[in-house]
Amino acid sequence: MGRRLRRRTGYRKVAGVTVTAALGLAAVAACSSSSSTSTSGNSSASGGHVTISVNCAPPSSSPVPYKEWNEDVAIFEKANPNITIHSIYAAQCDIPAQFTAQLKAGTEPNVFGTYPTDLNQVLDSGQAADITQYVNSSTVPTWNDIVPSVKKTVTAGSTLYGIPYQNYTQGLVINRKLFTEAGLNPDNPPTTWAQVEQDAIAITKLGNGIYGYGEYSSQNTGGWHFSSEVDANGGQMVSSDGTTASFNNAAGQAVLQALHTLRFTDKAMSPTQGLAWGTLQKQMGAGKLGMYIAAPDDIYDVIVPQDGGNPDDYGMGPLPSDSGTPAGSLSGGNDYMFAKRDTPAQIEAGVKFIAFEDLTVGSGQFNFARKKADALPVGYPEPQLFSGATNTAYQALMTKYATTNPDHFKTFTAANEEPLGEPHDAQALYKTLDPVMLAVLTNPSANITSLLSSAASQVNQILSNSG
Amino acid sequence: MPGGTHRPAIGPRVQRNLSAHGFLFGALLCFALFSWYPMVREIIMSFQKTHLGVTSWAGFSNYERIFHDPTFWTAWRNTLEFTLLALILGFAVPFFVAILLNELRHAKGYLRCLVYLPVMLPPASALLLFAYFYDPTYGLFNRILHVLHLPTSQWTLTPGTTWPTMAMISVVIAATWMNMGGATLIYLAALQNIPGELYEAAELDGAGVFKKIRHITIPQTRFILSVLLLLQIVATMQMFVEAFILNGGQGAGNNTESVVYLIYQYAFALSGASNFNSAAALGVVLLIVLSVFSGGYLWLTRTQER
Repeated sequence: MGRRLRRRTGYRKVAGVTVTAALGLAAVAACSSSSSTSTSGNSSASGGHVTISVNCAPPSSSPVPYKEWNEDVAIFEKANPNITIHSIYAAQCDIPAQFTAQLKAGTEPNVFGTYPTDLNQVLDSGQAADITQYVNSSTVPTWNDIVPSVKKTVTAGSTLYGIPYQNYTQGLVINRKLFTEAGLNPDNPPTTWAQVEQDAIAITKLGNGIYGYGEYSSQNTGGWHFSSEVDANGGQMVSSDGTTASFNNAAGQAVLQALHTLRFTDKAMSPTQGLAWGTLQKQMGAGKLGMYIAAPDDIYDVIVPQDGGNPDDYGMGPLPSDSGTPAGSLSGGNDYMFAKRDTPAQIEAGVKFIAFEDLTVGSGQFNFARKKADALPVGYPEPQLFSGATNTAYQALMTKYATTNPDHFKTFTAANEEPLGEPHDAQALYKTLDPVMLAVLTNPSANITSLLSSAASQVNQILSNSG
Repeated sequence: MPGGTHRPAIGPRVQRNLSAHGFLFGALLCFALFSWYPMVREIIMSFQKTHLGVTSWAGFSNYERIFHDPTFWTAWRNTLEFTLLALILGFAVPFFVAILLNELRHAKGYLRCLVYLPVMLPPASALLLFAYFYDPTYGLFNRILHVLHLPTSQWTLTPGTTWPTMAMISVVIAATWMNMGGATLIYLAALQNIPGELYEAAELDGAGVFKKIRHITIPQTRFILSVLLLLQIVATMQMFVEAFILNGGQGAGNNTESVVYLIYQYAFALSGASNFNSAAALGVVLLIVLSVFSGGYLWLTRTQER
């Protein structure tokens, strides 16, 4: 008789138990409460020495900005031997998928770059450090001269969560060369939609595939431009309380009617529509486009360096409007925020570095003497962070070292458009308005009233959902 | 023990198969970590909301939100359009290419490599190539059309939502070119297992090419065809990278926006506060739809085999 016991437990049962255990393990892990705060940062403080990680450093693929950033870090660290800056280099500072994942995991750098529209996301993720007590005119000498609308983008209630370092408003980018060839005055860009129409017709008559005006209508950029154009025309995209769409009115109708007329009556726009960001810059660089809406950095960051444009060929006027005086402009920019896990010493170090690198006239990004020596563009009206005495000093220094003719942007600068930020749930709104822009630019019989009404209903639904 | 059989104790049995159990455990761990855990986590997240870092129960509000999203139904319609077009083009074409390859007497190996070559390209590279081909202003396809005095197209950027859209057809062409090689080789292997005597007998009975395909080739490869059909439908319903690289994902007027792209948008792009919970809810909806479809398909095909 064998000593083996007869057991019901067999191979199948073991396998079944193993599978069940694995499934159970997965379920238990998944059901555990999510913790989005990481206590392990990628910086440390020991014995009074502070190390902070800062992203948005230019990558080595942009050799000159990369060199300048590293020089600035070296200067700062020499002046502050107890602080070490760990730079994170990236071509694109805020990649949405990566940014969101980092916030979820709590692994964002100590000092991380954001767009103004990211504030709610960072707050919701519980990753934003309150830096109110660390920022004042002592720690950031130019703080009181930074325009309030820019500070508002990093403030919730009375709590400060970040420091702005870039901002922009939009205007009308013009091809001065085409203006001259068409017999127009490039120093006097159009300011009303009626004038845009006349100038666009004149430029289109040059032929050879040249069109007077260009517009976006896909990948959310159509809606983005529509927002800016409505702002300039005295309208707004959503109500002040952010609950209802408010572009379905005379201001919105006028913008779409102007575009529709340009496209189908005047034939001053290309028959190829459904364009997104990047395409109009290429056309401008190739000398095939007379005008389009953009911020100044489109010229010095894209058209000139990437699309082969000649910097002297471009200028800017204010956003077109029915009145000729833009009521405002969609605005944006860049900010630095601080991770929730940062120690007070790290926050102080980060504030000090940002003040040096980004908010001091003559230093860091405003070291215009070095920029000129390094053949980088100087003299474009962006950013427009300052007011008062700081702005006076800033303008004087920029003019002294300008590599472009500031007169090319005179009417844009003089318009001093009020920055209106972006609407609530901006990307969802832009996405909903893209088809409206596309219909207006591709359908000769487009019913603007009906299009706007339908879009408004959809936007109301979106705003109600996001409550 | 007298009479009957008895099973050995589990200990020695496990010991004899220790490496097999080890591999099994490793595989289960991988599935648990990278497949089941994310699935369970996603389901739970779809019923939660996060505010100021605090996660709480949200009931069905995420589901209500996505069902009320104006682009929700657009994304489903576009996804079904892609699936149907991909079936017409991407299911039939590899099968007939395999039949053709099977009939060839020369350069078989070379042609098989050629057919499979696009599959070996990283998808992003292949799609970037097509993005250049499709560029309305500078692309190769429009240049060729221009030289031939034919009307050009905006390809993946063509506006319009009337089915089938040129935008979606362009995406399907690129996707089929990229992926047909694998299916072709699988069909080829299946075709080569069909006994030659069946074709000889059919020839003796006077059957032509199409009758042979209809009465011999298709029935003999029915199992492979049905499996690949299921896999193709499940894969094409999850279309994302093709449209994302070719035209940013949405296309003109959202006419190439797919369900998975909408998930991506919910998670990363659509609002100031990114919404993993809405993305999870839509992911669960997609999971349910594909599960129901797969279950029904398998049940139907199982019935037929009986």
